[in-house]
Amino acid sequence: MDLRKLVDKVKPTFTKGGKLAFLESTFDGFETFLFVPNKTTSKGSHVRDCNDSKRTMICVVLALLPAFLFGCYNTGVQVSLEGFNAFLYGLVRILPMVAVSYITGLAIEFAYAQIRGHEIYEGFLVSGLLIPMIMPVSMPLWMVAVSTAFAVVFGKEVFGGTGMNIFNPALLARAFAFFAYTPQISGETAWYSDWKFMGAQVDGVSGATALEQFATKGAMDFSVMDAFLGFIPGSFGETSTLAILIGAVILLYTGVASWRTMISVFVGGLAMGLLFNAVGGNAYMEIPAWQHLIVGGFAFGAVFMATDPVTSAQTNTGKYIVGFMTGALAILIRGINPAYPEGMMLSILFMNALAPLVDHFVVESNISRRKNRSKKLAK
Amino acid sequence: MSKIITLRKGLDINLQGKAELSLYEAKAAADYALSPLDFEGVTPKLLVKVGDEVKAGDALFFNKYNDRVLFTSPVSGTVSAVNRGEKRRVLNVTITPDREQQYKEFAMLDLQKATREEVVEMLLQSGLWPLLIQRPYGVIADPEAQPKAIFVSAFDSAPLAPDYNFVLRSEKENLQKGVEVLKKLTSGKVHFSMRAKESSVAEQLKGVELHTFAGKHPAGNVGVQIHHIDPINKGEVVWTVNVQDLAIIGRLFLTGKVDMTRTIAVTGSEVEKPRYCKVVAGANLDSILKGELKAQKEGDTVRVINGNALTGTKAEGYLSFYANQLTVIPEGDKYELLGWAMPRFGKFSVSRSYFSWLFPKKAYRLDTNLNGGERPFIVTGLYEQYLPMDIYPMYLLKACLAGDIDKMENLGIYEVLPEDLALCEFVCPSKIEIQQILRDGINLMIKEA
Repeated sequence: MDLRKLVDKVKPTFTKGGKLAFLESTFDGFETFLFVPNKTTSKGSHVRDCNDSKRTMICVVLALLPAFLFGCYNTGVQVSLEGFNAFLYGLVRILPMVAVSYITGLAIEFAYAQIRGHEIYEGFLVSGLLIPMIMPVSMPLWMVAVSTAFAVVFGKEVFGGTGMNIFNPALLARAFAFFAYTPQISGETAWYSDWKFMGAQVDGVSGATALEQFATKGAMDFSVMDAFLGFIPGSFGETSTLAILIGAVILLYTGVASWRTMISVFVGGLAMGLLFNAVGGNAYMEIPAWQHLIVGGFAFGAVFMATDPVTSAQTNTGKYIVGFMTGALAILIRGINPAYPEGMMLSILFMNALAPLVDHFVVESNISRRKNRSKKLAK
Repeated sequence: MSKIITLRKGLDINLQGKAELSLYEAKAAADYALSPLDFEGVTPKLLVKVGDEVKAGDALFFNKYNDRVLFTSPVSGTVSAVNRGEKRRVLNVTITPDREQQYKEFAMLDLQKATREEVVEMLLQSGLWPLLIQRPYGVIADPEAQPKAIFVSAFDSAPLAPDYNFVLRSEKENLQKGVEVLKKLTSGKVHFSMRAKESSVAEQLKGVELHTFAGKHPAGNVGVQIHHIDPINKGEVVWTVNVQDLAIIGRLFLTGKVDMTRTIAVTGSEVEKPRYCKVVAGANLDSILKGELKAQKEGDTVRVINGNALTGTKAEGYLSFYANQLTVIPEGDKYELLGWAMPRFGKFSVSRSYFSWLFPKKAYRLDTNLNGGERPFIVTGLYEQYLPMDIYPMYLLKACLAGDIDKMENLGIYEVLPEDLALCEFVCPSKIEIQQILRDGINLMIKEA
């Protein structure tokens, strides 16, 4: 309770008329983080569900943790470390990137919240963790900062901020990095840490990702089990399908992510893979359909990015359609454009753009149903 | 009997303080009040001044925009005050009651022979006309209009709602008379809805179309029932009336008197012994609640709500015109350390990120805390689970926010009232004032029509 007294004591400094009033939104952000406000209902329903946007976002962060922790471990393993050392190495390696992503993004969010005069919205708590997880671990920090700033400003704030954005901000950061800094986000060395400490063997370590191997050789060098468990090179958080599935269970169990979207993405991917198998053509089209789901960013995108409620479809019917097309499109890109096999990112972004159109037709059908009802009556 | 209409969407919020089926008489009230704020879209023109003597059924004010609609005193006595708020807006007219209730005598009508116009006039003069609600828009019915049908819900599914089978157990004659009045008002059908698997007062009524609904709240909302029985299309008008209000109308036509005596459920976690109370509308709440509330700790206050916790209004000292229920719950004006990260066993959520889904039978003592800050629309697909209608709530709300008349019309604004979306507001993690947004949208429709 003393903490509350302390907050009350400094509060006037940060409210209108106080010396630090320009930090009001920031202060409010920290205050509401510590204390659920004492604000009561004034209009409408007098009682409210105790779920709020903070709880929702923290559930997503929790769901990301298994993949994040595994990412730490795998980063160490990829440079020939073992056991806890591997984990510690990866953790130390990734933390600066997490910090840069959060600091850049939150600074922009706080500034915009202050300018617009609203509370801090929690959306970036998730985006800020997603961004390092979908980047190669050796990405230079300034590139992470620039990509994040681009995504937050042009992907989110220009549209009106949280809830109004068309594209998933984290994916936009990756897309920006991909097109602006292509060498650092692809090739054979990007996926390995280049920090030489704790006995990590970083000199001359290189290797293609599973997707690149499929493209060049028609098969991957890794065992299916390694690919599923995640002991393969790739973006920091995307490699372990198992850890991602644990996150998926958390998201679906708490109801934070839509099962309609998530399952449809997997179904769509599998369907396109099977279609390729049936038709054949290039090496990429002939790999077993199910193997697509455990390599590259497919599973990570399906579970954490395609299900973003703001940028995905908003109607239940739309969720099935957009989900299915996201999955199918991702595999389609892999199959017909093996030079750039990571189709998931562009597929989700593309469907982000199409989702409002799909929703439009779903809502239109509701409207015409209502109109037909009155026409039928008139007859 | 018709088939059962089962609604799969909805939510029963299990609050503490359900009224047990017993009755107590309210104490003599110091004064009574009639508030124009209880009526949607009414601007009052006063007909009385302080010191005037009135009988029960004498008009106190009328609606500036429809001067046929009178609002009458529930009791006889002396007008003691006209309370005004900002811009001299009339908040209420209070009346100090006589020791002996005097009723204004209305000429009895023979419903067999009376014309529709005579029946309408009787309801208007007695001040019971405002009990008839028009849809779309949920405003007092227009005396000039002819409704396509009239709908009555014989049960209420809201949290801690009164059991009308108990409330109306000795009102059968009044109800039957009320039905005859309704049949005069519409050339269409008079629809009644009852809850499945329970016997209902509605079953004994003659001349009504009876429907049966099963499911969670808002199955008892008349708007939801209309949607499933005979939905409102553009240009159509239907009327609704609360089932206890219908008994009051019947009473007028049987006795010639305006007798606003109601049985209300006094409910909520802060009521010592929740049960039913017989009281006249507009009574000072002290007469109902004094000695009935639980003692509060220092610094704790309670909120008294006219109506239920989802759609009621904060009580300002008097029982409101339409209230069939009082709900008393604790105010939630307290800070909660890291509340969003806590397990919160004492609070209720439909989200499985909390644990209330493990205890489906548990009754909760919910307070009025907003439980979070207001946010833009983020989560999708949640509202749909709590609105058993073929309507996209989020798109409708966005159309209301944008003030897009065409969109609102196309997306079903004629079929809903704020009360129908109250559950969406309850579950919304972004804490959006859904009922207010919808009300503003409806008011815009009225203005532009």
